[in-house]
Amino acid sequence: MGKTLFDKVWDAHVVDTVDGGREVLYIDKHLIHEVTSPQAFQGLRDRGIKVARPERTVATADHNVPTENQHLPIREELSRIQVQKLVDNCEEFGVTLYGLGHPYQGIVHVIGPELGITQPGMTMVCGDSHTSTHGAFGTIAFGIGTSQVEQVLATQCLLLTRPKRMRIRVEGELSKGVLAKDVILYIISQLTAAGGTGYFIEYAGSVIRSLSMEGRMTVCNMSIEMGARGGMIAPDETTFEYVKGREFAPQGEDYDKAVAYWKTLYTDEDAVFDKEYVYHAEDIEPMLTYGTNPGMGIPVSGEIPQTGGQQGDASFRKALSYMGLDAGSKLEGHPVNHVFIGSCTNSRIEDLRLVAKFVNGKKVASNVSAMVVPGSQQVRKQAVQEGLDKVLRDAGFDFREAGCSACLGMNEDKVPAGQYCVSTSNRNFEGRQGPGARTILASPLMAAATAIEGKIVDVREYI
Amino acid sequence: MEKIEIIDSSCIPLPIEDVDTDQIIPARFLKATTKENFGDNLFRDWRYNSDDSPKEDFVLNNPTYSGVVLVAGKNFGCGSSREHAAWALEDFGIKVVVSSFFADIFKGNALNNGILPITVSDAFLDKLFRAIEKDPKARVHVSLPDQTIKILDTSDSETFDIDPYKKMCLLNGYDDIDYLLSKKDQINEFEETRTY
Ligand code: SF4
Repeated sequence: MGKTLFDKVWDAHVVDTVDGGREVLYIDKHLIHEVTSPQAFQGLRDRGIKVARPERTVATADHNVPTENQHLPIREELSRIQVQKLVDNCEEFGVTLYGLGHPYQGIVHVIGPELGITQPGMTMVCGDSHTSTHGAFGTIAFGIGTSQVEQVLATQCLLLTRPKRMRIRVEGELSKGVLAKDVILYIISQLTAAGGTGYFIEYAGSVIRSLSMEGRMTVCNMSIEMGARGGMIAPDETTFEYVKGREFAPQGEDYDKAVAYWKTLYTDEDAVFDKEYVYHAEDIEPMLTYGTNPGMGIPVSGEIPQTGGQQGDASFRKALSYMGLDAGSKLEGHPVNHVFIGSCTNSRIEDLRLVAKFVNGKKVASNVSAMVVPGSQQVRKQAVQEGLDKVLRDAGFDFREAGCSACLGMNEDKVPAGQYCVSTSNRNFEGRQGPGARTILASPLMAAATAIEGKIVDVREYI
Repeated sequence: MEKIEIIDSSCIPLPIEDVDTDQIIPARFLKATTKENFGDNLFRDWRYNSDDSPKEDFVLNNPTYSGVVLVAGKNFGCGSSREHAAWALEDFGIKVVVSSFFADIFKGNALNNGILPITVSDAFLDKLFRAIEKDPKARVHVSLPDQTIKILDTSDSETFDIDPYKKMCLLNGYDDIDYLLSKKDQINEFEETRTY
């Protein structure tokens, strides 16, 4: 019987199998950031051991960093201490750090791919659930807890149970104004926030194939929002082209050899999945969330449902009351005061280009404060080279320095309590963008159109 | 890590579904660099008003309920992979979480920190919530060796699954690093045979 893409990559990394079916899995690349690593380094110190393979771990600071005046010390004391702790730990344990001020600094899931650290066929982990992003390259990539960060630092391995396999095919051709973000929000709205639990997903089908690497990363990024361990896409010419020539990618002859191997990474015809779903592009519109988990999504032309459905009614009511929205009402036309374009879901150069193109010559509505936060210093540099910063600023957007920013209420960028924010990030949990903040997830185009109109609109009517 | 064997306790009911780890411990409390004292901020925004006064109607502020067993609605621990959620529960004194469904990463994190996540049937969870509603002091008896959970008032009981390796770890207070470090030679050998 044939193998799935997932099993091909997983099998190539199994060091040993333990009683009860757990496997010792070798990890090729380990990314760390300031939030989930300090206790792991402390664990090594307590045990008196070193980092086993320091060359396989790369660090950056992203969650706590301010997105203005990054050359100045971080104002908030605890954030400053945490970022400093990362600097100290990396120095003590010999780990490469692209910290604040470094030209490669940025959101961990943006810098891995853009530096060529992320490559097809690898196993990659990070103490961060959106590590699934890297699956876009045909990589087994997933988020881990801090105890596991410690395990990888100590042994370059993890002890894991193999997840089940799911394939989600999206077939057809997306209509104008419908982006990768809409595809994944649609899938999650169909499968719910728990629909992928226990599974590793492979995304396939003509819609997925037609996406750029940026689009594929957006899709894989949100796999975790349906509870899946991760999501991946078989590498193809789009992938090889993207990886080629990047700083840490194999070069010359090594690259050719690597590509020959990468070409073997696909799901065999007769491979079997534990679960399969097929969706059709023509059913997918620009999407919006109305509730407090990413599964609570509706098409822009749709209405908020009357009942919780699979969600459970009590949670549904609680979510609507937090959001200040009514069952049965439409989101289109709803006024919004904040727009956030950024996060590891949508802060890559392609997202910025798309937004800049849309807002060029337009003005952000007077009731809206809108910001664009590039995912990395490199994205920012590229945007400036292309003049996108000017277009965005002229339109009234605040164009910031790289970081997680208002994706999570951990740094200075927050949405005030009770206010609505249309956000290109990945989580609309209660308080995610700051205590009491009300998040509506959407694509970068929908966010840009909302910023200009001052209320939620259907972007398809503006392009 | 502390060992777990038999737990006999009253319960803290949280009949809410899809409790995500941002609720268990909000992001702004993730700035610590040690594992201590996260329990103070467990369910911070559900537990306290913005002026730090306790919210009277939240279960952790209700002295009627106590114990080391948290009983929660389905899909507990979804969202962010932050292990701080497990540290917060552990620091607060929770040893067992009962739900009809757990998010994967949370489950792993709980097990790695000496918290036993018990997945029960929807029907059993319902019975347990009703038993606690009837008598806030209702007790459960959990036996990890036997893999059983019993509601003492009603004598309803159910067996639960746990990975045999993880069971051994919890019973002995071991963790994965001890195990992986013992595999060092094999890991070195594996590295040598790899072309990619
Ligand atoms: S951008 Fe948001 S989701 Fe992505 S790593 Fe940062 S905090 Fe996490």
